[in-house]
Amino acid sequence: MLKGHQSWVFENKPKIISSATVVGPFEGKGPLAEDFDIIHGDLYIGQDSWEKAEKTLIEESAKLAIEHAGLTKEDMSFHFGGDLMNQIISSSFAARTLSIPYLGLFGACSTSMEGLALAAFVTNYGGSKYVLAGTCSHNASVEKQFRYPTEYGSQKPPTAQYTVTGAGTVVVAPSGEGPSITSATIGRVIDMGISDPFNMGAAMAPAAVDTIEAHFRDLQIEPSYYDLIVTGDLSKVGYAIANDLFNKHNFPIHQTEYKDCGMMIYDYNTQNVQAGASGCACSAVVTYGHLLKRMRKRELNRILVVATGALLSPLSYQQKETIPCIAHAISLENQDA
Amino acid sequence: MPSKKKNKKLTPVQQEYNEMSQKHEPKRPVLKNCIIAFLVGGCICLLGECIRQAFIHYGGFNVKKAGDPTVAVLILISVILTCFGVYDKIAQWAGAGTAVPVTGFANAMASSAIESKSEGLVLGVGAGMFKLAGPVIVYGTVAAFIIALFHLIFIPGFSGGH
Repeated sequence: MLKGHQSWVFENKPKIISSATVVGPFEGKGPLAEDFDIIHGDLYIGQDSWEKAEKTLIEESAKLAIEHAGLTKEDMSFHFGGDLMNQIISSSFAARTLSIPYLGLFGACSTSMEGLALAAFVTNYGGSKYVLAGTCSHNASVEKQFRYPTEYGSQKPPTAQYTVTGAGTVVVAPSGEGPSITSATIGRVIDMGISDPFNMGAAMAPAAVDTIEAHFRDLQIEPSYYDLIVTGDLSKVGYAIANDLFNKHNFPIHQTEYKDCGMMIYDYNTQNVQAGASGCACSAVVTYGHLLKRMRKRELNRILVVATGALLSPLSYQQKETIPCIAHAISLENQDA
Repeated sequence: MPSKKKNKKLTPVQQEYNEMSQKHEPKRPVLKNCIIAFLVGGCICLLGECIRQAFIHYGGFNVKKAGDPTVAVLILISVILTCFGVYDKIAQWAGAGTAVPVTGFANAMASSAIESKSEGLVLGVGAGMFKLAGPVIVYGTVAAFIIALFHLIFIPGFSGGH
């Protein structure tokens, strides 16, 4: 049901009945390693190209999520997926293998919550039995497409972010065990004139702030309603700016704990990642791995996940266009708590 | 930092945001980067000179001819380090120190070639390896042509070092 201007409240409380996360070797050395289902030791994941490696990540996480739910892929009504590759090849090629009726999405790094919002919407209105929603990214394939060859020796500025290699997938069902998806706020595209692709945190921060403020305005609740609010991949620079913007708008973010997935997955002291993490998989693996695990343990009962995406292309920044950004928010709650 | 020309295209709100966000951006440590680049670049040149001297004293090359095999050895070292995935790690620390010498050019070509391998030998490796090196070759040639033109106009009788 539409609430306010841009939010959906799901009165039938669709559930995330299972989740699966698969990551690469570098993420396996980070502080959240224990929360991931599969950690690959080889960045190529046994494939002969980065693109195939990325596709394998999403395939594995999808199969594992279905397995965790005790189902088969024939039980799935729909599959919502997307990624950062041109023409979203990773998700679409994985969908070829899975052969579940498929809708391909592109929301850059906000795809995780875009997919989950649509999955919840469809499920809420009885449009499906089980929906698979997932996304993936691969450090090397993204470097290759958006930046320089992976082995090219360029010096990255301190504002640069490191793309997460991984995939996260969930199965959403009308009922079952697991956290409920209670509402979603769909973001609008915000462009504050940042054009540096090595500073995406600063580009995305206003979009995150806009969506978060819209969420609380639409639902008429306060930030204290949640145990935790996380943004997708703003990292150090964007996180500091977002906090500044909340202060400037007198938004009481201090009522709750506010974190950023891009600052959680790597260890700044031992892993040389500049500002932090980014990529579709960043919010996906942190939320579907780490945060859902904490929710199942009842350490967290109500969280708001705000995945942020920079909607640029390699062509657009070469043509000196500024970076349009978007953010989508999803609230997850333990109903029995 | 956005130039004034670029700022003109932005709305006042965007300009205000740009100013605000810049306060949160950690600056590139320019002085530190320069010093490291100077030292690393110098070390690579020193290594080159050692190799050149070795070719002169032990390889039977004369002073003029020893330059060519020296460059070949440096390129080989750079390509090997690129293939083992080490060169980009050194470069993140060394910056221009590893980018400016001939080793940087070799790295640009080798890394592009490796990256394009999955697209095949002709349109992949063959075309892809010039993705980063192409501009260097084009503008190197253009610059050389302009300098040669000046040379011809101002000192027509002088025939260079050889």
